[in-house]
Amino acid sequence: MPDLLIELFSEEIPARMQTRAAADLKERLTNGLVDAGLTYGGAAAFSTPRRLALAVQDVLAQSPTVKEERKGPRVDAPEKAIEGFLRGAGVSRGDLEVRDEKKGQVYYASITKPGRPAAAIIADVLDDVIRNFPWPKSMRWGNGALRWVRPLHSILCILTDDAGEVSVVDLDVDGLKAGDTTEGHRFMGEGRFAVTSFEDYAAKLKRNKVVLDAGERAAHIWQDATNQAFANGLEVVEDKGLLAEVAGLVEWPVVLMGTIDEAFLSLPSEVLKTSMREHQKFFSVRNPKTQRIERFVTVANVETADQGATILAGNSRVLSARLADAVFFWENDLRIAKAGMGEWIAKLENVTFERRLGSQAERINRIAALAKELAPAVGADPDVAEQAAKVCKADLSSEMVYEFPELQGLMGRYYAIEAGLSEDVAMACEEHYSPLGPSDEVPTRLVSVTVALADKLDLLTGFWAIDEKPTGSKDPFALRRAALGVIRLVLENGLRLPLDRFLDSQLLKHKIALHRAKASSGDIDTLEEVLDEIADHGVFGAALHAVIDRRTKGEAAPDTSEGSVLRTVGDALPDLSTDLLAFFHDRLKVYLRDRGVRHDVIDACLTLGRGDDLSLIVARATALSDALKTDDGENLVQGFKRANNILTQAEEKDGVEYSYGADVKFSETDEERALFGALDAVEGQITTAIEAEDFAAAMAAMATLRTPIDAFFEAVQINTDNEVIRRNRLNLLSRIRQICGQAADLARIEG
Amino acid sequence: MADNPNKPRSFQEIILRLQDYWAAQGCAVMQPYDMEVGAGTFHPATTLRSLGSKPWAAAYVQPSRRPTDGRYGDSPNRWQHYYQYQVIIKPSPPDLQAIYLGSLKAIGIDMDLHDIRFVEDDWESPTLGAWGLGWEVWCDGMEVSQFTYFQQVGGHDCKPVSGELTYGLERLAMYVLGFDDGNDMPFNDPDASIPLTYGDVFRDAEAQYARWNFDVADTDTLFQHFLDAEAECGRILEQPADDPKTGRRIVMALPAYDQCIKASHIFNLLDARGVISVTERQAYIGRVRTLAKACADAYVQTEAGGYGA
Repeated sequence: MPDLLIELFSEEIPARMQTRAAADLKERLTNGLVDAGLTYGGAAAFSTPRRLALAVQDVLAQSPTVKEERKGPRVDAPEKAIEGFLRGAGVSRGDLEVRDEKKGQVYYASITKPGRPAAAIIADVLDDVIRNFPWPKSMRWGNGALRWVRPLHSILCILTDDAGEVSVVDLDVDGLKAGDTTEGHRFMGEGRFAVTSFEDYAAKLKRNKVVLDAGERAAHIWQDATNQAFANGLEVVEDKGLLAEVAGLVEWPVVLMGTIDEAFLSLPSEVLKTSMREHQKFFSVRNPKTQRIERFVTVANVETADQGATILAGNSRVLSARLADAVFFWENDLRIAKAGMGEWIAKLENVTFERRLGSQAERINRIAALAKELAPAVGADPDVAEQAAKVCKADLSSEMVYEFPELQGLMGRYYAIEAGLSEDVAMACEEHYSPLGPSDEVPTRLVSVTVALADKLDLLTGFWAIDEKPTGSKDPFALRRAALGVIRLVLENGLRLPLDRFLDSQLLKHKIALHRAKASSGDIDTLEEVLDEIADHGVFGAALHAVIDRRTKGEAAPDTSEGSVLRTVGDALPDLSTDLLAFFHDRLKVYLRDRGVRHDVIDACLTLGRGDDLSLIVARATALSDALKTDDGENLVQGFKRANNILTQAEEKDGVEYSYGADVKFSETDEERALFGALDAVEGQITTAIEAEDFAAAMAAMATLRTPIDAFFEAVQINTDNEVIRRNRLNLLSRIRQICGQAADLARIEG
Repeated sequence: MADNPNKPRSFQEIILRLQDYWAAQGCAVMQPYDMEVGAGTFHPATTLRSLGSKPWAAAYVQPSRRPTDGRYGDSPNRWQHYYQYQVIIKPSPPDLQAIYLGSLKAIGIDMDLHDIRFVEDDWESPTLGAWGLGWEVWCDGMEVSQFTYFQQVGGHDCKPVSGELTYGLERLAMYVLGFDDGNDMPFNDPDASIPLTYGDVFRDAEAQYARWNFDVADTDTLFQHFLDAEAECGRILEQPADDPKTGRRIVMALPAYDQCIKASHIFNLLDARGVISVTERQAYIGRVRTLAKACADAYVQTEAGGYGA
């Protein structure tokens, strides 16, 4: 069976697109072949800056013949219908067969689709793949209408049969005719050459200074770089993303190591690394003893007579110019930092954070106020937390962060130290952005935790207040990440934080800011009074009523009519808060699911109230989840459900609630009495354990009920003619429901 | 590159070699546009000529101004006034990359010693409503040119596509001539009876303009000039195509485009004066883009823009 080789040769393909493009070429082409009936043995795709290549082994020489039977119209159908059928099926009337069916005589056509030669199919499929290639961005060039990532210059498409015989696939895409030739390296190759197979192709490319396989190029670069560093007692700073990118910028990697001028080694190592990576695509080479970055590795695309001396000298010169800029930024920044960063903070007044949510400066003030409020719950010093929040984004105005946005926070830390601020404050400047993702580290310093929470809670409440929630895959402000950040900050630091209170007050702050321009000063005053009282009342609603009551009793009742500011905000805010808390719960479920806690277990713990205390929910859920893994725990849930079902049915039928008054004296059997005894024995233990939030102990105590409950159901029939005894038993079941329901709503456990 | 006999000796020699090279490639060697612009792309020989179906090939030096880049003549590589060398060919020839590499050879860059790379860099001009795909060209890690295939200009699809090359002449010359400080490189022949460096020619001017750009330019006047240019651009384009005096069809795309260029430069000056806030910035860019689009719409109604073709 023949092998297929395709190469699409173009002007330089962006490095970031190459790997994906090779995979797309393989998938689309092989799918196209299979859809047309051409199966194959194996396929491999390759990319270099100037080419995508695909080798497919053992392709069927032609697609199999397919026979198909098609039912047509009845024999007495109108002539037009029959003609239409003949046209559609591509047969003549003589070829039709007549069959008797229930409804009369019907025409049948047998259609034989003869197999097509592989070359014809490949030409069709490749034409389609080229025209519909999923480039992230594509372009036209010259006079043409064809689109490719950059101008496409040649198409190589050959089939090589078992005897080694080569045939060029006959294909013409807008004037580009497929052939059997390609060319090698732009500067070191020796013109166009013809190839006869994939092996021949790869070998000739190598002779013409092209390494076809990106993985091979990357491996070569890494090995050569680490060897050169090692020979000098140094190590290359690992950077997989950069390695992949650089492997996509060269067809023939030549690794060169150079030194960094002593004058620049005073720059923070992160600045050196980022500047070299972003501007020059250099690897950093560090001294393992001092951790200082002392050299760089650049990867050229060409071998030169002077062993790269000119190239290295040029790169060093460019690097020096870049680093001179960085030193310039650094020194300018240090001047402002040492003066306390006031100039930067003032500048943030002119930077819009979001049109409706105001400037960065306004946002920082909100974060600072919130950090101060949050600090006691976290255990941080409120004044330090406030101070940290006020400077935590100052570095956004610095020249260094303007140049390298990815250094935000980190520069803040350096500059805060220069400003003479405490280590806690400096660390908060860096760490308050964290955690950035599910695997990013969570800060543990209390000030950092406080500011990080304030930052994220302000972000979330702000976008909730202006109704910009994430929908589907759209989450432009990374609000899901922020909510997960809050969850991880709370849980991984074991914080007890009543979220409701902080969500309500922060939502209200946003609402006040949004209404400030239009509302009367009286309305704003009232809302600000409510804001002051949320801490005392715990939630917005209670605080609002308290304030309105007090004002109404005084001289001026506030306007709470339909359409008034108080009414509008008062109606909207509790719903927003509930909705935002539900958003946290959704994120919490995802977080716990990844840790092996089932969603029904979380649901069972969420319905019990205090759902805004994330640590409490997780403590309950973990204990319940662990208990469910034991035999006793699982059976207890079954027993509970049985009790609950019987009880619920009886309550519906009788129209009463059985909730108290079970008395052991109406017991008829030992099992009944034993259950009374067991419930009496554990009730106190469970209540105490739950009050102490020792949910594991509570679950363990509950699990001891499993045997008596099972025995009870085994021996006792609840429904009996004696109404007194029946009620007593139902009331006994209600004790099970009440005692076992204290830690979680077990009815929600599935299975 | 000291031992390279082909090496140019001065800033102006690099320009002259580029002029010769692109003239030999069949380009009309044009002169700079006689207005203040931020980049060579603004020259109507690029912006407007890239519209419509008529073939075009031009090359020229364009003095360009970026007021915010002013450093009082103290920076080794930043000036508020600098030069770009611009080449535009429509339709883009299939071997444009090779032709371009020939131009590097012409200014003394020896491909056997240097590492030339085409690194992805998509070009977009929000003020011109234009974008294209291409690269920045690196020589030993140094960006020496922008290489772009225009896809859209002034909101119009480019059909055919123009290939555009832009050389940042100061940086390129510093590299080719081997100077770390651009002010030190020879402007004319270093052996001339009056040898002049780049700094001799421009340092004073840089200081004067930096002071004016950053601190002195009267912002009220500039705001008014912006409004005037914007209004005049609109007024020109509102005129009927048929000229009542000559009885001929005269669509005045070019005079209107001059006003667009003017508005764009005034915006740059205001930006350097620091009187345009972040939010306003977008609005101003949008207003210039509206003018650019209107001019492009008018240009395709002219004969040079393909009207009646």
